[in-house]
Amino acid sequence: MTYIPISPHERDDMLKTVGVKSLDGLFEAIPAKHRFPKLDLPQALTEMEAYAELSEIANSNENVRGDLVSFLGAGMYNHYIPAVIDHMLRRGEFYTAYTPYQPEISQGTLQAIFEYQSLMSALTGMEVSNASHYDGATATAEAVNLAYAQFRGKRKRVLMSPSVHPQYRAVVRTYTQGMELETAGDDESNISLSPEAFANQVDENTCLVIVQYPDFFGRVNDYTKLIKASHAKGALVCVVANPTALAMFKTPGEMGADIVVGDGQPLGIPMWYGGPSVGFFTTRKSYVHKMAGRLIGETVDARGQRSYVLTLTSREQHIKRERATSNICTNQGLLALASAIYLSVLGKSGLKQVANLCYQKAHYAASELNKIKGYKVSSETFFHEFVLECPMPAAEVNAHLLEHAMLGGYDLGQDYPSRVNHLLIAVTEMNSKQDIDDLVAVLSEVSHGS
Amino acid sequence: MDPKIVEPTIFELSSHGRIGVTMPASDVPETALPPKDLLRSDLPLPELAEVDVVRHYMHLSKFNYSVDSGFYPLGSCTMKYNPKINEDTCRLPGFLFTHPLQPIETVQGNLALMYQLQEWLKEIAGFAGVTLQPAAGAHGEFTGVLMMRAYHKSRGDHKRMKMLIPDAAHGTNPASVGMLGMSVVTIPSDERGNVDLKALEAACDDTVVGMMLTNPNTLGMFDENIEKVIALVHKCGGLMYGDGANLNALLGIVRPGDLGFDVMHFNLHKTFAVPHGGGGPGVGPVGVAAHLVDFLPEPLVGILEEGEDDGETAPLFGYVKPAKTIGRMKAFNGHFGGGFVRSFTYIAMHGPDGLKDIAQYAVLNANYLQARLRSTYHIPYDRICMHEFVAEGRFEGSDVRALDIAKRLMDYNFHPPTNYFPLIVPEALMIEPTETENKDTLDAFADALIKIAEEAKSQPELLHNAPHITPFGRMDEVKAARELVLCCWLPEGYDTSA
Repeated sequence: MTYIPISPHERDDMLKTVGVKSLDGLFEAIPAKHRFPKLDLPQALTEMEAYAELSEIANSNENVRGDLVSFLGAGMYNHYIPAVIDHMLRRGEFYTAYTPYQPEISQGTLQAIFEYQSLMSALTGMEVSNASHYDGATATAEAVNLAYAQFRGKRKRVLMSPSVHPQYRAVVRTYTQGMELETAGDDESNISLSPEAFANQVDENTCLVIVQYPDFFGRVNDYTKLIKASHAKGALVCVVANPTALAMFKTPGEMGADIVVGDGQPLGIPMWYGGPSVGFFTTRKSYVHKMAGRLIGETVDARGQRSYVLTLTSREQHIKRERATSNICTNQGLLALASAIYLSVLGKSGLKQVANLCYQKAHYAASELNKIKGYKVSSETFFHEFVLECPMPAAEVNAHLLEHAMLGGYDLGQDYPSRVNHLLIAVTEMNSKQDIDDLVAVLSEVSHGS
Repeated sequence: MDPKIVEPTIFELSSHGRIGVTMPASDVPETALPPKDLLRSDLPLPELAEVDVVRHYMHLSKFNYSVDSGFYPLGSCTMKYNPKINEDTCRLPGFLFTHPLQPIETVQGNLALMYQLQEWLKEIAGFAGVTLQPAAGAHGEFTGVLMMRAYHKSRGDHKRMKMLIPDAAHGTNPASVGMLGMSVVTIPSDERGNVDLKALEAACDDTVVGMMLTNPNTLGMFDENIEKVIALVHKCGGLMYGDGANLNALLGIVRPGDLGFDVMHFNLHKTFAVPHGGGGPGVGPVGVAAHLVDFLPEPLVGILEEGEDDGETAPLFGYVKPAKTIGRMKAFNGHFGGGFVRSFTYIAMHGPDGLKDIAQYAVLNANYLQARLRSTYHIPYDRICMHEFVAEGRFEGSDVRALDIAKRLMDYNFHPPTNYFPLIVPEALMIEPTETENKDTLDAFADALIKIAEEAKSQPELLHNAPHITPFGRMDEVKAARELVLCCWLPEGYDTSA
């Protein structure tokens, strides 16, 4: 099956106009010995067959909306997505448009992303947001690019807390391998340091300090003092934030952060086995010229109408080429739009309700799990995710839970060898009291060595 | 004078106390909130009913031009029609609601799909390995350049710091190189739009990392000396990078891997019909030849346990880590749902013959338009083109520019071609019709461009002031950059308490 709308006689007319005898005659510039390879691919399916095949593949997965009850988070969260979002995303005018290079006929995308920038600024307490990055991890790496450029490459050290998401730290390391930058600070021994004690490791060669809020272990720390101490050494501070938590907790902006990034997946985007989601990037106005990524600004058109355009494009790769701080050109347009619609339709009260449900249910779960013999939850402040210390390796606990159709949580031993018995448990508004009680019941059995 | 507001912002539409979505009441005993100094005191988000939100985004959507509304011949962007079935398959619950960190036994469908897509892309482009992880073309390029660097370093070859890039290249090519602190040597094009072989030969030495080449290039020309170009780069020890932006012209026609390319990124959002989404998400897998497979980003999808030949035991798919991996390019698995599932559906529905049809008709459509416009617009590199061609948007004795022509096309209900790129053609209009347009549309577009050329002579002001019939006119871009209004807020005095 194809989507080519040209009939054989139209094709022949067109070939005549071009002055070539056959379709194959269009390809004489291609080395003859490699021309027209036979591709070893399955024969084409019709739409009906393709839908059946894809359904079969999808059905062979166990999903978290029916097959499994999930307490798994670790950077991607199972939240309710109001129906209105996908109905709007399915407007062909949004999803089949390109980057808004022609503003006269792209005001829909431009105003929507301008509003996304505004909503993210409001949520993070920062002055400026760009039009988005690929995901939370790459947005974090772009924060390093900003800081490196801010000091013109003279400060060569990035201090990362070990409680920043392990995959985010890995991406920062991948991105910086050609930059003569040292990445430091994320030794396992630093996990239990207070933010103030961690700040002692900031020095005059540090361009950026990266911390997470709530951190990878779910802990909510006030970074005000860490930020102050880092600024005293001249370093910038990037806070990797969970956007749902920001509906409840003090904003990183209020704490004095220079850059706030994170993954927007919790804001109306399905988990989709890992992507695509959206990486938000917010900062202070004074850093806007060093910030990578697209940016939309307000202006007027020739008819005196308020309108929006891509602005400060002279920072970007198509103008600056090898002198650009980043090669990024696309943003995650459609997913930024999803986040904007989510924040618009939930609004102030809806987002607060989601955050409060997460907080309440997670705390109920923590308190019940803490009662089971052999299990322990730490007493630190948390939002919707916490560490459960188990009497045996977390992998064994998870295997047992899976037999009861439950995804237990993230096995922290995979990234932190001293924590093989530790499970990172996430609870959202999608988990009922019954789910939590079932989890407690199964773990009680495990603790009794069944 | 205050500007006229066509559509208020979502903040201006807000009214205190309006509710969009109500969440269920809590079903667990209440826990006290943390101390106040850890909580936020205000939450300045808008308050709207669902119908307000729907009308707002519906109004906005009507201000957009899109492939679903009309012809979008944006050169180098491959704005083909996006089949609707892909929108349904990528939203199957088994894909939407699976977590990337689930045990592999519970997501064998996802892993099998990723494995199959890796295999198909290898076969289509002639490579030994493919990573699906990169999030976009530029991200794929960065991945490719990181692998080239790692390859040389692993051989103890530390002095290679120079990347050769033709003058017609996309800006992302040099920017990717710049991110790694390498230098760029620009290679000119010759009068037929090929890489200038003499200049290339002069630049090739033992400090060359490799060459980044878009082929067909941004002039829409397949390099007639491609084998010589690749041989020169290989001879000096460099690696050949292919920018797959223009792969749509080559499906079933030639495999870049067979020509000798060592690395290439795919743009699933161009070639394999992932919709462009108003600027993303892109999807930028990278293919590599055998000697680079060990350097691919981690993780790849592989077969952990072979299945049985009886067909009753399926293989066990899982993650594998290449031996000398450059590391991770993004969190989790890449753009699975919005990317891999759509492209998988698309390839499955085309098969080998359907893929070749795509390339043949994309090239036919471009050549047909070029033939119809040749006598009206100057085409500086005039030979059989591939999927796109570049015309000059200027006329002797007229002050009309490519920009004016682009804007005037909007009055004829067409999206303009890419303009002012590639940089080596003055007043460039880069036209890529794709295979999903019929002859009537192409004729109407050619007629409009011919009529605009007449208007340029008879009524140039009509072009200078275009567009006329769109909901918005030309924008004051200087004002936007000078005043830098980058966000809006709730009106002054609005109750924002949390």
